[in-house]
Amino acid sequence: MNDKLVGQPLVRKEDPRLLRGDGRYLDDLGRGALAAAFVRSPVAHARIAGIDVDEALDVEGLVAIYTHEDLPGRIAEPLPLLIPHPALTHPRTPYCLANGEVNHVGEAVVMVVATDRYVAEDVAERIRVTYEDLPPVVGIDQARAGERLVHQDAPGNVAAHSVQTNGKGDAHDAIASAPHRLALDLHIERSASMPMEGKGVLAHWDPDDRTLRVHSSTQTSTSVRLAVAAKLELPPDRVEVITPDVGGGFGVKIVHPWPEEILVPWAAMTLGQDVKWVEDRREHFTSSAHERAQRQHVEVGFDAAGRLLGLSVEIWHDNGAYVPYGIIVPIVTSTQLLGPYKVGAYRVEFTSLYTNTVIVTPYRGAGRPQGVFAMERTMDAIAEYLGTDRLAVREANLIQPEEMPYDQGLVFQDGRPLIYDSGDYPTMLRMIRDLVGWDGFEAERAAAAAEGRRIGIGIGAYVEGTGMGPYEGAHVKVETTGEVVVSTGLTTQGQGHYTSLAQIAADVLGVGVGDVTVITGDTRRFKYAVGTFASRAIVTSGNAVAIAAGKVAQKAKRIAAAALGDGISPEDLELVDGRVRRRADPATAIDLRTVAVLSNPLRYAFDEETKAATQFAAATGTGDEPGLEATGYYMPERSTFAAGAHGVVVETDPETADIRILRYCVVHDCGVVVNPRIVEGQVHGGVAQGIGGALYERIVYDDAGQLVNASYMDFLIPFATEVPHIQTAHMVTASGLNPLGLKGAGEAGVIPTSAAVASAIEDAEGLAVRRMPISPSELYELRKAQQARKEQVSA
Amino acid sequence: MTEQLHQITVTVNGVARRGEVPARRLLADFLRMDLGLTGTHLGCEHGVCGACTLLLDGVPVRSCLIFAVSADGHAVTTVEGCCEAGGELGPVQQAFQDCHGLQCGFCTPGFITTITAYLEENPKPTEEEAREAIGGNLCRCTGYQNIVKAVLRAADLKRERESADE
Repeated sequence: MNDKLVGQPLVRKEDPRLLRGDGRYLDDLGRGALAAAFVRSPVAHARIAGIDVDEALDVEGLVAIYTHEDLPGRIAEPLPLLIPHPALTHPRTPYCLANGEVNHVGEAVVMVVATDRYVAEDVAERIRVTYEDLPPVVGIDQARAGERLVHQDAPGNVAAHSVQTNGKGDAHDAIASAPHRLALDLHIERSASMPMEGKGVLAHWDPDDRTLRVHSSTQTSTSVRLAVAAKLELPPDRVEVITPDVGGGFGVKIVHPWPEEILVPWAAMTLGQDVKWVEDRREHFTSSAHERAQRQHVEVGFDAAGRLLGLSVEIWHDNGAYVPYGIIVPIVTSTQLLGPYKVGAYRVEFTSLYTNTVIVTPYRGAGRPQGVFAMERTMDAIAEYLGTDRLAVREANLIQPEEMPYDQGLVFQDGRPLIYDSGDYPTMLRMIRDLVGWDGFEAERAAAAAEGRRIGIGIGAYVEGTGMGPYEGAHVKVETTGEVVVSTGLTTQGQGHYTSLAQIAADVLGVGVGDVTVITGDTRRFKYAVGTFASRAIVTSGNAVAIAAGKVAQKAKRIAAAALGDGISPEDLELVDGRVRRRADPATAIDLRTVAVLSNPLRYAFDEETKAATQFAAATGTGDEPGLEATGYYMPERSTFAAGAHGVVVETDPETADIRILRYCVVHDCGVVVNPRIVEGQVHGGVAQGIGGALYERIVYDDAGQLVNASYMDFLIPFATEVPHIQTAHMVTASGLNPLGLKGAGEAGVIPTSAAVASAIEDAEGLAVRRMPISPSELYELRKAQQARKEQVSA
Repeated sequence: MTEQLHQITVTVNGVARRGEVPARRLLADFLRMDLGLTGTHLGCEHGVCGACTLLLDGVPVRSCLIFAVSADGHAVTTVEGCCEAGGELGPVQQAFQDCHGLQCGFCTPGFITTITAYLEENPKPTEEEAREAIGGNLCRCTGYQNIVKAVLRAADLKRERESADE
């Protein structure tokens, strides 16, 4: 009997290839292809008065220079609005190449194609673009003021405005009539996904076959395919998109089609030669996407136990210069803000604002870190006001397990109701209390104080909607060698799908994980998929693999039953150890690979194996289609809700205001776990990004709209020396919404980190932290301001 | 204008490789474009992330900050050269698989080369030393915890293999 593979911490099948240097990332492909480079806007907001290419024309190796004027048909139209929404009243999307106006530093103006990238850059730097400056809109305050406009036809710089309520009464009335009230103003700064590999596109046009093959470092090859076909006006069947190994995504690569995903294939078709573009790091900073920046105003009414009676939140969201990905981020913030709590009457209003900066699209967490920051700051403020324990306030507001499924009364980002399917939040808080040492902390604080050290403890809890639809699919095939090939349309960027999806298929088919090969993100192999984002891959694709493999198992039983004869029916059989065998008599069995041979009745025998399947030998006759294979889809009814809580202990230096994390603890519940080793790794990585977002990383624009820290020298991604050891504990509340009981895990680690770290700094310092990230110098300024207030009061 | 080409000979993973390159070609690009050794990755091209780290005469260097012509007459070890003679995973590579020290794998070659050199210098690091040793390489996926573990595991594997060879 096979031990069940789902649930085992197997090492990853994909690792040896990647570790030997045999991975194939975008820039490893297309040796000898022509190279594209771009002239990008050096200014934040301007009209383009002229483009002079004279000096560039003599560069040896130049192949082509393109501006907006050169683009034909739909390529000259703005890029699509991927996710329309009724609240998005003034959507504006960019052109592939700027059409007379630039709206952020880094916007593509001219494309150059040359024999290699060095030459392409030589050409690009000789092209003179004349800009007539327009006043830039930088930051949420300036956008809200509305005196300067990013787009003249978007008054007040407002892209979208939305109000949601949870149907539990008027929030303002509930707050006004509550025994206690508080208001908080909060601020989160810009950050970015910043995968180690930037974007990249390679295109090959076959003029004889009239087929376009595009490789792209994307999180959705199937959707890139359809978008490219639409823009280039090609029949979709003439376009193939393949995602090679991807060096991280974290959200930014779900956006599509990027201008380069249209321009590079178009250039390859136009020139009849392969063309490749690989984004450099500065381009990634100034021309891909950012996230996080929000201002929030929270008003809350509560009782003496800290129970929320009414909650009203206003959000001003900086969406950058364009909104090709719609307003998913503020929608997620406004809905996931509620976390594991019951909040009484809730009203949330957001305004999504244009600024002359890089576009804002989901980065791991996708609006949740901001929402959790608002809710958890509120919980801490209530505890401070009432003089009670911060965990007690949270406990007083928790949704109880017996209240599941719990309807929050809102519409989630997938357009479905925000109904939590399962979860045990009281146990979760008890576990984090123990893990982080909450109860013994006062003794620890006193001991530290005795040494002149200042420490504090903080906490943050969240609920995360994962595994949203519309669907994912998989094709599962047993080869006559016994190898099982699983093809799924979604892409992979390091989440270990070659292993976790193999575990699922292997369990269903009774084979070893080594017998299963998983193929992802190749539209030649599987054309229908949505993409890898929003912690959805394992839930949607994992269940699709199980469904497809289940169909294959049924088919194998039918064929095996016919081949074994003797009155055996398919129900008598099971798939174990690579064989289809009789439950009652395991010696009566047939190899799964032989069943694969029999599944394809042949006229011609070309080896010993196929002899068994020729028309005079085979005895299947089940009426099945040839091939031991099947396709399956999983279409979730709605999202499934994972949850977690983080606890952190920080030390702040009384003199330098340096902030150091002493202890970081995570309790995590993502339902049934397919591979604990992989989930643990996802949590670690998320926490590291969360710590970056709490203490180090921020995208800084100056007043002119220049991105002043567009390099790894100045945008401070944590090194190993900045990330503490992370202690984790797991709990499992299975999802009842999908056959495997799974919930997503990809984003979890990053979600409550800023909230928990802010909570700990507040606790250490005895002052309010309302803005993240926080640097030592900002903490120093907060201390000074608080000191000044105290002196004023005493004076 | 035609770029002047320079003849260079670089010993790459034990094999003398000749090339004709423009003076400005980066060592990383020479390996990737001219020799097709694409295991060395470029993450930032300004010397911070460490993904392109390789060993120049045994010492870790950023191959995005060195011209190919500067490596003329020198020996280079890339991630492809960190395997065992028989082609199986080297101790550092094996440790990364054992400890789940990689996710997307893009930064990994720079870690493998850095740690390979470090263990020559310090064959038995403490956990703290292991963390310090990888403190110059960026990883956006793992949070480093499993990479620290992998450094310690690699040290053990290396010792085991060396004593088995004796």
